[in-house]
Amino acid sequence: MTASSATHANAVPVLALGDILLITLQGELHDTSAEQLQYDISHRIAHSPLPVNGVVIDISGVDIVDSFLGRILAEIAATARLLAAQTVLAGMRPAVAITLVELGLTLPGLDTALNVDRALALLGRAPAAPPPTRPEEGA
Amino acid sequence: MHAPLAPTTHLPIGSDADLAWVRQQVRKTATDLGFGLIQQTKLVTATSELARNTLVHGGGGHVEVTPLRAGHVCGLRLSFVDAGPGIRDLDLAMTDGYTSGGGLGLGLSGAKRLVQELIVDSCPGRGTTVTVTDWASGLPAPRTGTR
Repeated sequence: MTASSATHANAVPVLALGDILLITLQGELHDTSAEQLQYDISHRIAHSPLPVNGVVIDISGVDIVDSFLGRILAEIAATARLLAAQTVLAGMRPAVAITLVELGLTLPGLDTALNVDRALALLGRAPAAPPPTRPEEGA
Repeated sequence: MHAPLAPTTHLPIGSDADLAWVRQQVRKTATDLGFGLIQQTKLVTATSELARNTLVHGGGGHVEVTPLRAGHVCGLRLSFVDAGPGIRDLDLAMTDGYTSGGGLGLGLSGAKRLVQELIVDSCPGRGTTVTVTDWASGLPAPRTGTR
């Protein structure tokens, strides 16, 4: 009713990159969208024709993570693990990290990476951008 | 009491779309008052916890947003008001890990650590009002709870 059109209650898209699912969260995420995402990811892992080995959730566009969203993220990772996929949370903003620690929500079961490239590297996939030139390759 | 800097705004809390709207409005007001990024993030996170309590435990209600001024320092007072069942045991409700509703039990106790002042006024059967006051002073929030 009072929500502006800037908020989106729509489902969050889940992209497949080979055997990795990539989810990009942006701005305001409604509680129902977060719960829907939790279901969508586990459904995709369980029913994908190709095996899913990893899940990367990019939260670099997220202003705040409260205990509700934190719980959803932890549950997505726990569910994915039971379905044989590893989850990496990518791109958390420093202010969000500071706030989560003070809130008492340190998400011990979640693997993290500073950005999506590093998350993909952590999952054993080549990063989207070429890595810095190695010394041996100069000559 | 500190002088209000601007009139109080009332925002309804009746759905999860309202939660998103309340977060946005509090962030915008805190930005306008000169709150830094980290303090804003803490305040908006506390807002989200408390507004969700109002919605989930209080059966909905509203938040009163009042910009404040004391000398040269601007502040913000937020009162989350519901007419729900109230909190029977406040000490228990303020304990880390205690939950009556399937959450992580960090809502009230966690929110208290994110702001400079948090006062709970609750009467069983008559509802709950949680009032948060935060100043854009750059002073660190006092560490009142256990870490």
